Parts: sequence; structure tokens; C-alpha cells
Amino acid sequence: MAYKRQIDRLPIIPADAKEHNVTCHYCIVGCGYKAYTWPLHKQGGTNPDENKFGVDLSEQQYQDTEAWYAPSMYNVVRQDGKDVHLVVKPDVDCVVNSGLGSIRGARMAENRPSKVTGTQQQRLSDPLVWRNGVWQPTSWEDAMDLVTRVTARVVTEGSEDDLVVSMFDHGGSAGGYENTWGTGKLYFESMKIKNCRIHNRPAYNSEVHSTRDMGIGELNYAYEDYTLTDTIFMVGANSMETQTNLYLNHMVPGLQNGARMVVVDPRRTLTVHSSEQYAGPDNILHLAIKEGTDMALFNAILTQIVDQGWMDSDFIGNSTFQGGEAVAEDSAHPAGLGSLDYAMQTCRTSLEEAAEICGVPAADIQKAAEWIAMPHDDGSRRKCVTCYEKGIIWGNDNYRTIGALVNIAMATGNVGREGGGVCRLGGHQEGYYRPSDAHVGRPAEYIDQFLIRGLGGVHHIWACDHYKTTLNAAEFKRVHKRRADMVKDAIDAAAGGTRDQLIDAIVAAINAGGLFVVDVDIIHSQIGQNAHVILPACELNEMNLTSMNGERRLRLSEKYMDPYGNSKPDCLIAAEMARSMEHVLREMGHDAYADQFKGYDWQTEEDAFMDGFNVGNPEVTYDRLRAMGNDGVQEPVVGYENGVLVGTKRLYADGTFDRHGRDDKKALFCAAGWRGWQAAGKAREQATHRFWINNVRANIFWQNQFLDQKNEFVQDRFPYPFVEMNPDDMVDMDLKPGDLIEIINDNGVTQGMAYPTPSSKRDQVAMVFGSPAGSQGNVVNPGVNELVLPDYKHCWGDIRKVSNATRETAGITFKSKEVML
Amino acid sequence: MKCNRLVDAGRRQFLRGGMMATAGAVATTVMTPEQAKARALARVEMPTNRLANIADLVVNEPLDITYPDEESLGVLLKLGEAVEGGVGPDGDIVAFSVLCPHKGWMMTYSPEDKSLNCPGHHSRFDCENGGQQIWGHATNNLPQFLLSVDDKGDIYANGVDELIYGRLSNVL
Repeated sequence: MAYKRQIDRLPIIPADAKEHNVTCHYCIVGCGYKAYTWPLHKQGGTNPDENKFGVDLSEQQYQDTEAWYAPSMYNVVRQDGKDVHLVVKPDVDCVVNSGLGSIRGARMAENRPSKVTGTQQQRLSDPLVWRNGVWQPTSWEDAMDLVTRVTARVVTEGSEDDLVVSMFDHGGSAGGYENTWGTGKLYFESMKIKNCRIHNRPAYNSEVHSTRDMGIGELNYAYEDYTLTDTIFMVGANSMETQTNLYLNHMVPGLQNGARMVVVDPRRTLTVHSSEQYAGPDNILHLAIKEGTDMALFNAILTQIVDQGWMDSDFIGNSTFQGGEAVAEDSAHPAGLGSLDYAMQTCRTSLEEAAEICGVPAADIQKAAEWIAMPHDDGSRRKCVTCYEKGIIWGNDNYRTIGALVNIAMATGNVGREGGGVCRLGGHQEGYYRPSDAHVGRPAEYIDQFLIRGLGGVHHIWACDHYKTTLNAAEFKRVHKRRADMVKDAIDAAAGGTRDQLIDAIVAAINAGGLFVVDVDIIHSQIGQNAHVILPACELNEMNLTSMNGERRLRLSEKYMDPYGNSKPDCLIAAEMARSMEHVLREMGHDAYADQFKGYDWQTEEDAFMDGFNVGNPEVTYDRLRAMGNDGVQEPVVGYENGVLVGTKRLYADGTFDRHGRDDKKALFCAAGWRGWQAAGKAREQATHRFWINNVRANIFWQNQFLDQKNEFVQDRFPYPFVEMNPDDMVDMDLKPGDLIEIINDNGVTQGMAYPTPSSKRDQVAMVFGSPAGSQGNVVNPGVNELVLPDYKHCWGDIRKVSNATRETAGITFKSKEVML
Repeated sequence: MKCNRLVDAGRRQFLRGGMMATAGAVATTVMTPEQAKARALARVEMPTNRLANIADLVVNEPLDITYPDEESLGVLLKLGEAVEGGVGPDGDIVAFSVLCPHKGWMMTYSPEDKSLNCPGHHSRFDCENGGQQIWGHATNNLPQFLLSVDDKGDIYANGVDELIYGRLSNVL
């Protein structure tokens, strides 16, 4: 039976409630919300003058009303040390979402920690240290001293290469410009850490190297381009689920305005189904290609465009490189780059070749090329906006595949123009501002393998949970735990000794192959089980935080509540760590090294913002951003006039390209040569297992469920990770809906719940990624591309039943997720 | 089979203006909302309203109802198979709000798989499983009206298990 909150009435927001700008914590779209807070002993009333909306709340409010909020949008939280009412609801005036809430963002209030209502009591409130065989709470001073004394010993007795850092690089949530600057300054300025990785991949690298090398930054359009275009070309993305209000508030109006849509995805996604409802099936072309064959498809489309003369010759002549090869293929460039003619020597692919490789009819590929590029009857060029995400970013041959897609947008002049753009859709919001990472090198170190090989002595982890979100996770977990346990055992054995004796014992264990683990996070995560020191961070709205969305829209999301317990913003934790390093190093006699850790005298997150982002963007301050509200300003900010920050609607509007840093400002085409499975081990794995295990997202979960794992509404719906299966495959294997299954291959094992899905192809399943109850990464092999980009999407395994449905899984609905109108 | 699909603009007008014409025809109020809200209790006191008689119901054909007042549109269903929370001799009678808890659009019933579906943003809810959101944007499952049946086969609504869209108190 479905979970019900049994709430029959909510407190009314009084007319004088405090109002705060909020950008959703979660996906890249960054919907605008408003937070309202007011004292616990006060309440609004139903009369228009008694409530924030100025309407009579004793009457029913109708569809799309501003004057209603769901129970999930309400909570009681701490503000300036006092309990207050909180409502966080979608902002009807924000251009991003126009009042639409998502199933993720509209639960922000409910997912706040509250000692009054009992929500999110999993949040960390105090530092924890491994002591006496368990994690024990302690003071910041004590915990940080242990962190920096061990770290300082290891980097001075060895080198900074012995310090391994996993750190988020995203915006929103607990990311943002303040926090990436804090960690960036610590590890890239005070230190030069090169053994580092990002939250979702095993190295410190771009997910989209090729588009940048071609001169085109990956977020170059405005969301309004979806409403101005003739064709939406979506690849490896499922925006109805994962960029929900970009889809509903921008793509759907485009479709309803006559735009067609081409979707490239092996799976029939809900985006395909919903788009058919909105635009009519005749206006949606779904190319359900064989997994991993996108590049061949793109090359065939490009070939059609060139051979039919549908290119934008002016754009190509004026804005793209003309002299053959500009950049040769080498260890840092998995494909050569240059002129269109140069690229075509490699890319040329016939419709028939592509149809054979991709498993879709040649006529459909031809149709896609027509929808993307064939000029209108009056000769005017066709506008096409191209969007892509993890299907190819975490797919086969990342560099060349993304390059091949960007080639199409360049050949048709669909960059920097209304109704155009070639953009990744994004996962988190962005919020990256750090000193140069050039010292990391390219290709960057494959950090997971570095740790697995027994290298590194200290591991600092900032809001990453590799247990749930890395590849080859089964092996990674085994080794990480074994090495961390060596240090735990040493700490246990040193009980009763002095601090110096403890440090000596830890360093001795490290020298014997152990790993000292420091985990900074908002919850006690799965990888946190290996930590020796756990430092509690706070989230967005427990601090002020700036981030930008998928159209580079920069907003200040305002603090409206206190950090939980003694938790702190990541930037201030980094500053405290730096100050402690300076102190410890000076005490150790390393004065010159200690001096490198000066400059962290930050009292607030705004100090970190001014130390970092503001230095590079002097027009941008908190006060000015606050005044820009939930619409914010689109980066780059180019001025401040008449009290308003002046932004940039779309990049490259002048036809010059600079993301590659070339002086000629000409964009480069990519010589994207098809070579089948690029990453090691994929072809063999495909040949030896029955099922392709597609790795997918669902709208209800945010990322690895770090908060949702304690949200009853979410866990009631999907108590185990779903594995969508064709019903005939289930019959074959005597599986019933909700049965627990294991997925097995040479890399490891994971578990999930069989979810019958008629639109699934035979022998292909779609498993939701990042679940705490079954990590898909366990069965993904360690194969990466030349630049250490993982291919999470391509994984094959066998399936066997573990047990009949549990009481929880038997009680949920298994009906099709496709709407039936 | 596809259920009746309404044009968005038309539906909006329908919901803002003329909905009373189709709603509430079969409801007989035992306790008025005014009587219910006059008392200050910890929980909202819900009225007990007669919705229909079992004899009025046809298996898998939705009957329009309102509860707890004529502004709150719902649907009464005899599903044909017993479900948890179902009432009547066959344990298969249930009732739900038809206002989507996402943005308040009026949903349509799909007899094909016994679900309620939102034409606005494609959320959908399972009438055989307590109104659980099968997929969608709402942050709660669909409000279900609690039912009882008397000796004469009259079906009454007595309560609701979630906040109904468009009202901050289930009884206005």
C-alpha cells in the first residue's frame, strides 16, 4: 500500500514571512524556488491580508496556482538558533521553470535536517574519529589536528604525490563556486596535488575534452533555443526524467510550436514516449541504435549533409579552420582535429555502412539528416539544437563520439545562433572555480588504479562516494577497505598512547601499505565506512552558495537555515585545514612550506567567494547577485550597468571560438574514426554474457540517493534499484515482478529488483545507477578511454534470481511508466 | 483503448469555470463543511458524505464524485478485483482525488491499466495500489478517499489520506 503522509492541513505562510531566493540543489537545470520562513508561534490566515499570496485560502485554488504547497515542501528548521516554519516552493516568476517543481526539488524542504520533525537525522552533526574501535564524536580542533598531522608527515616524508584527493567539482547541493574554490586553493595552490579525481569518474579530467579542443565550450546556448528551433536533436539523454523542467518548460513548448525531435538512444525512454504525446508520433524520430554505435551514426549524418550540400558554407568559411590538419592525433588527443575536408577523410560513412553498424534502417538515418539539416523550402537554413549527455559522455569512445556529434552542429552552423547550440545537458549544476589544474597533466592519473596498486598514503575525500559511483567498484572497495583497515588496526593497537605515538602508529601502517582516510561529507557515506576521520559539511541554504545552470545562469541561493549541528561549509573546512597545515608544518620546522598555506582567513563563505570567483569576475558580488533574484545572470558576466549585471545569452554569437585557446579563434572539426569498442575488455564481455546492463537514471532519485535513502516517499516506491526487463525475458527466467536478482560478470556482482518493462528490448536491461541497495558500478569493467574517461554504459552480465519479492518489493506498482492518455 | 483526451486550453477553462456542471451530482452531504470546520481539533474533521450506491457502479467505469466538498473532484471505482483498502462485498471499491498533486491538472482514468493520468506533465497513479505514483513529478502519492458501505449498499467517504491539491486544509 502506497506511503501516505496523512497530513490534512499545513501552516499558512503569513504575509510578513521572510522570503529567500533558492536555486534547486539538484540537477543542472537549477529551477527557481522561494523559501519562506516565519516564527514557530505565528501563522498566517486564510484571509487575503493574512497570507503571503494575498488570496482567499478558504477557497479552492485551481491548477498551476502559486498559492498551494505540498506537505513535502514544508518543514521546521533552525534559523539563527531558533526553530522556524519553512516552506520551499517553486517560483512562478523564474524563467527557468515558471513555477514547475520536480519530484526532486519539490522535496527540498522535507529533505532538510530537522530535530523537530525528525527528517534527515542521518546528517552528520559533529566530527568523528576512529577511536577505541568505533567512530567517536569530537571537536573540530581535535579532528583537524589528527588530519593535518598525519597528512603533513606523509607529504613531507614522501611527497605531495602520496596525498590522494577525491573532490567534487560541481555546483548546487554542497558544491558551488565557494566550495570548489576552497578545495581548489588548498590542493592546487598551497599544494600541487596531481593524484586527484572527481566525484563521478576516476581521474581529474574533463568529460568533454573533444568539444573543448574543437573550440566550443559545452554549455553554449540559452534554454530558449529549444522554443526557437526547428529540430531538437537529443543524444544519450532522457530529459523528461533527468532535466525535467528544461524538458517541460522549454522543449515541450518547442515541440508544441512545431519543432521535430530526433532521439538517439538504444532504449525507448520516457522522453520519446512523452514527446510523441506532445508533438505527435510523426514528429518524433527515435533511432534505437545498437549500444555504443553513436559515432558511426553521426558520421553518416555528417556525410549526408556534406554530400547533399546542406552545410552552412559561410559559417564554415568564416569560423572554422581551413588548412587541413591543425592538431595531430597523439596521447593527449585521441583524434586529429582540423578542417572539414580533413575530418571528412576519416569520418566519411555511407548510410548503408552506418545502418549495418547501428542496426537501424538507412532510411531513418537519411530522415534524421533531413530533419537536422535540409534547408526549408524557401531555402532558409534549418535550425537545430543538439543536446547530449551521459549516453555518450559515459559511452563508447567518448572523445571521438562527442567530436563526431559536434561536427554536425558545426557543419550546419548551429552554434552561437538562435535555435541552435550543441550542448551537454549536464548532471549537477556547475560551480567550478579553481586555480589552474595544468600540473595534473593529460592524460591524468587513473586514481582508482593508483589506489588499487597500493600507492598513496592519505586519501582526502570531499563529498564523493566511490562505493556507489565508480567503475570496477567491487575491486576498488575490496582494496580500499583492506588498506583502510590496516590503519584502523594500528589506531586500535595504539590506544592509550600519546598523540605523537598515535601519529607514529598511523604512519607506520601507511608505510606498510595502509591508507589513512579523511571523509568530508554531509552524511556517513558508504566509503565513509573506511574513514578514520569524518568531517561534517553543510549544504546549500545552510550557507549561501553560487552556481550556474545548463545555460550558464548564475544565481545566489540564499542561506535560510543554520548548518546542522556543528557542520560547516566545505570552503571553511578547507580553510581550517589549511590553517592547521600551516601550524603543524611550522611546528615541524618546515617554515617555507608552511608559508604556502597562508591566505585562508575566511570567516564566511562570502569571504571565499570574494577570494576566488570575484577575483576573476570583479563585477559579481553577493549583493548584486541577490538583486538579480532567481533569474540571475547568464555567464560570462560582461558588465554592471544601471544596477543590473549584464550577462551573455549565448556563447560564440560573433562566430569566433576560443575554448581551445587558439589565437586564430577558428573552430576545428574532429577526425572521428570509428573503431568499434574502444575500451579494453568490452568486446569480450559483450560476447560472453547474455544481457546488456544499461546504466540509467530515474527522475525520483537524486544521484546516489544520499538524502533519498532516508526519504520514505522515495524508498516506498523503489526499495531496491529497479532493473527494467522485457517481460518475455522474465518469463524465460521464471522471474516475477519484484523478485530480487543478481547481475554477475567477471568484474563483480550487484543486486536489484526485476521491473517488467514491455518497451525493453530482449536481452537488454536498464538498471538505475548509484543505488545504496545495489551499485551498478560493481559490474562495470575498468576500461576507460585514452584520457581516462570511463565507459559506465557498456557492461554485460548474466542474471540469476536471488529470492522471491520481499514484502516491500511485492507491495509496489509495476505498471508501465509511460503515460496513458 | 485511449481515454478521453482534452485539449489543454479547453481543460484549463473547464477546471476554472464550468466544473460544477459535471461534479457533485451524486453526492449527498451528511455533515456540511461548515459544521466540520467549526470545531477546533488537532486534525481536520472530515465530513461523511454519501457518494453512490453499489448498484450505481459498473466494473472499471469511473463515476465522478466530489469529496469533501464540490470543489474537490474525485472518482469512484469498482475495480473488479479486491485491492488493499478496497471496500464493498468484493473489496474492490476505491475512490481518489483526480486533481494531480503535482500542479492540479485534472486527470483521466485509463481503464486499460486502471491508472489515473495527468495530461499536463504525464504523471500517473495506480488505482489498484493506493494511488501510488507509477511515474511522475508529484511529491506525494494520490490522495485516496476512505470509504465505508452500509447495509443498503450506500457508499460513504469518511476521510482522505493526503493533502488535496489546491487547499492547505482538506476541509476549507
